[in-house]
Amino acid sequence: MAGAVTAHLSQEASKRPKHITESAGVKWVLISIAILFLGLAVAMPLVSVFIEAFKKGFDVYKAAITDPDALSALRLTLLVALIAVPLNAVFGIAAAWAISKFRFKGKNLLITLIDLPFAVSPVISGMIYILLFGAQGFLGPWLDKHDIQIVFALPGIVLATIFVTVPFVARELIPLMQAQGVQEEEAAASLGAKGWQIFWRVTLPNIKWGLLYGIILSNARAMGEFGAVSVVSGHIRGETNTLPLHIEILYNEYQFSASFAVASLLVMLAVLTLLVKALFEWKTNQRASQEKLD
Amino acid sequence: MKRLAIIRSFVLILTFTLVLAACGNNSNSNSANSGNKETPAASNAGTASEAPSEKPKDPVELLNVSYDPTRELYVKYNEAFSKYWKDKTGQEVTVKQSHGGSGAQARAVIDGLKADVVTLALGYDIDALVEPGLIKPDWQTKFEHNSAPYTSTIVFLVRKGNPKGINDWNDLIKDGVEVITPNPKTSGGARWNYLAAWGYALKQNGNDEAKAQEFVQQLYKHVPVLDSGARGATTTFVEKGIGDVLLAWENEAYLSVKELGPDKFDIVYPSLSILAEPPVAVVDKVADDRGTREVAEAYLQYLYSDEGQEIAAQNYYRPINETVAAKYKDQFKDLELITIDDFGGWKTAQEKHFNDGGIFDKIYTPGS
Amino acid sequence: MKGSKVKKSKNVLPGFGLSMGFTIAYLSLIVLIPLAGVFVKTTGLSWNEFWAIITNPRVIASYRISFTTSFFAALTNLVFGLLVAWVLVRYRFPGKKIIDSLVDMPFALPTAVAGIALTAIYAPNGWVGSLLEPLGLKVAYTQLGITIALIFIGIPFVVRTVQPVLQDFDKETEEAAVMLGAYRLRTFWKVILPELMPALLTGFALAFARGIGEYGSVVFISGNMPMRTEIAPLLIMTKLEQFDYKGATAIALVMLIISFLLLLLINFMQWRINRRTIAD
Repeated sequence: MAGAVTAHLSQEASKRPKHITESAGVKWVLISIAILFLGLAVAMPLVSVFIEAFKKGFDVYKAAITDPDALSALRLTLLVALIAVPLNAVFGIAAAWAISKFRFKGKNLLITLIDLPFAVSPVISGMIYILLFGAQGFLGPWLDKHDIQIVFALPGIVLATIFVTVPFVARELIPLMQAQGVQEEEAAASLGAKGWQIFWRVTLPNIKWGLLYGIILSNARAMGEFGAVSVVSGHIRGETNTLPLHIEILYNEYQFSASFAVASLLVMLAVLTLLVKALFEWKTNQRASQEKLD
Repeated sequence: MKRLAIIRSFVLILTFTLVLAACGNNSNSNSANSGNKETPAASNAGTASEAPSEKPKDPVELLNVSYDPTRELYVKYNEAFSKYWKDKTGQEVTVKQSHGGSGAQARAVIDGLKADVVTLALGYDIDALVEPGLIKPDWQTKFEHNSAPYTSTIVFLVRKGNPKGINDWNDLIKDGVEVITPNPKTSGGARWNYLAAWGYALKQNGNDEAKAQEFVQQLYKHVPVLDSGARGATTTFVEKGIGDVLLAWENEAYLSVKELGPDKFDIVYPSLSILAEPPVAVVDKVADDRGTREVAEAYLQYLYSDEGQEIAAQNYYRPINETVAAKYKDQFKDLELITIDDFGGWKTAQEKHFNDGGIFDKIYTPGS
Repeated sequence: MKGSKVKKSKNVLPGFGLSMGFTIAYLSLIVLIPLAGVFVKTTGLSWNEFWAIITNPRVIASYRISFTTSFFAALTNLVFGLLVAWVLVRYRFPGKKIIDSLVDMPFALPTAVAGIALTAIYAPNGWVGSLLEPLGLKVAYTQLGITIALIFIGIPFVVRTVQPVLQDFDKETEEAAVMLGAYRLRTFWKVILPELMPALLTGFALAFARGIGEYGSVVFISGNMPMRTEIAPLLIMTKLEQFDYKGATAIALVMLIISFLLLLLINFMQWRINRRTIAD
């Protein structure tokens, strides 16, 4: 997907010679269509979340997001993301390293398998863990004997979340590292650098934007996952309800404003991470342009 | 060397799995711990009630897995029960709640959700717990009144002033009437709706099943949206403003009128409806494993007490205790009620009407 | 030339065993073994039973609905996603950063919230629904509603796959086309679009595959009418609620296989195209 290329988005755009760009009229028509489309399809639902959230005033909003059940859901959601996202980041780096730096048979198959969770219905991704770890599942009796609870507890929620967010970091890094090639690493290796040294000193600085972007996306998705988590959570109030599940509960209790209030919390968390990313980008851009001046 | 690395990474993965498993152990060992501590406490409880002991007992936790419309009921009831139990035995009890579609909740318990008690929409869903050995087959005899401490029925919720003049089931299939009811395949409440309609049609047509099927088929032609759960259907009717009449649990109808505006809706009682008996049961296996049987049984038993019945009535469930029922008789209108036994019990009804290839599927098959 | 370099790298760079081992072990534990459970579970069915389940008229109808709505949603996203990516890469305008971030929001918003919000907007008494109602256009509780939910879910897939390719697009090729006297529109059709094709296809297929499986957002807006607006994932849920695990896994298996083949096809196509460009 986007990769670190977005980082130098702004410099590129302006410097196109006239003969290979469109006239101002066409340009603005296209921009308007794009904004209109995103506005209708994406911004409007987002705005409606906030409008609904504040419909009954700020007090209802505040009460909704400081409710003990909401806070415990928030804690659980953050904890799950905190476990799932780093694991997927490590996986993404390892997978991208193997796929982009080496040649081997079955590479396409491997990439397809990494993509698979994108395409698997969330309902199925929850169900598979029930089939595996549920009391009637393949490992159920053994787990029961050893008193280990996987589904309807934290591990099940974490597993389902990891499953749906597996591809994000890897998908971000693979094209990026493929495009970067192996010259720099090879140069470092020929100068006698060890494996981890190459990774920390050469590779990581090159991929940090893609990595950050992948982490932000998988974090957002991890916090927002509904279908898969709903199947494995057990819906125990104050214990195994994540924020998206809590939203559904409030909605079903006719507390529409409260449910949108909690939803707006999730939107803000997502916006916050995107802002952090934008800030980082801006800083590096500045540094980059400064270096150019020097 | 490469092989070594592969082995190393497998070890890494293994540690990761172990950490995860440890998480599982952890979260569980908490409850297991409390469970272990409870065991003496719970077994004391019996004796304690007769001769109160000086020692304060360790707190105990129950998990009540229930269906959607009981949220408000059990918030109130759990509070009352905790207080009652504390006064009686000195033990702190916290009841955790889980709500969802009745069938989905039963499935979660089958798949390992550690419920001490289940309070579901229909007996069929509790029967499903018998086969995996979670509950004894005779569960329905454990508590009075077929283990159903409160009852309800199906009523019509219409828009204020009843503009379409809907007074009975046959008004539902008039031209231009839109009916909101959830999908009987996914919603327990919707099955009661369906059976009530079926029962009405049977009675009108002298027990002619073909006619009944035709009536039900007509009825579902008037359904523009088939939500997956009872709450979803209520939202569609109330919030989205779709449809002229909502087939709903009596308690849900009262609750939506109370929560969403008495000036917007009226409740209409049809000439005939069905007696819905949402049953309760202790999940034997879990309660015995966790040593919570004593308090779990007391929890369900207390639903039959005056206070429990009072709370049920306040939340618009029909109490079975006659004194409490008499007190609330203005709230709950008397009407002719058929029961699930008229359909030969849940198992038969389920197979005939709702299983794949059953009558409900047929009325949605093209060409019929 | 590039090829030989890659080959050489095998000997120089370390970490293949470690990274490969970790990748495969992780994938197996998290994705493959659990998914294999679906296969194992369906083996409890005889072929006839399996066939009867997946060819039931309602199941077929749900597949058809899932596939057509996903197809049209992905197609819409293809056109508008390309346009958004184009605008973001090629032009400078105020608020560009905001627009760029907006593209990611469907990833971040919980699908259930998206479903609720979209239903609120498109229901007959919602902002847009009330405008369309007098025109006789119903959105919520129709296949159009499902399509709109899937458009929302799928936008980032197309934009984010096309964007980097467009970014790296060779100025020289375009310039050459101009020097040969091609008009702008013609350059686009003959030069730019073919180059973008693989990325567009990937984006389309990802959005399509995601759409087929989507549950959380669709279930609120679809109305769930059998034969008309009932999607395949909902049928899986329905089967699960009736304690029919085998039936549920049978439907799931068909969806899994289709998704897998679809993805394999895209990755294969990309690989072919990559190889061609390397060969050039």
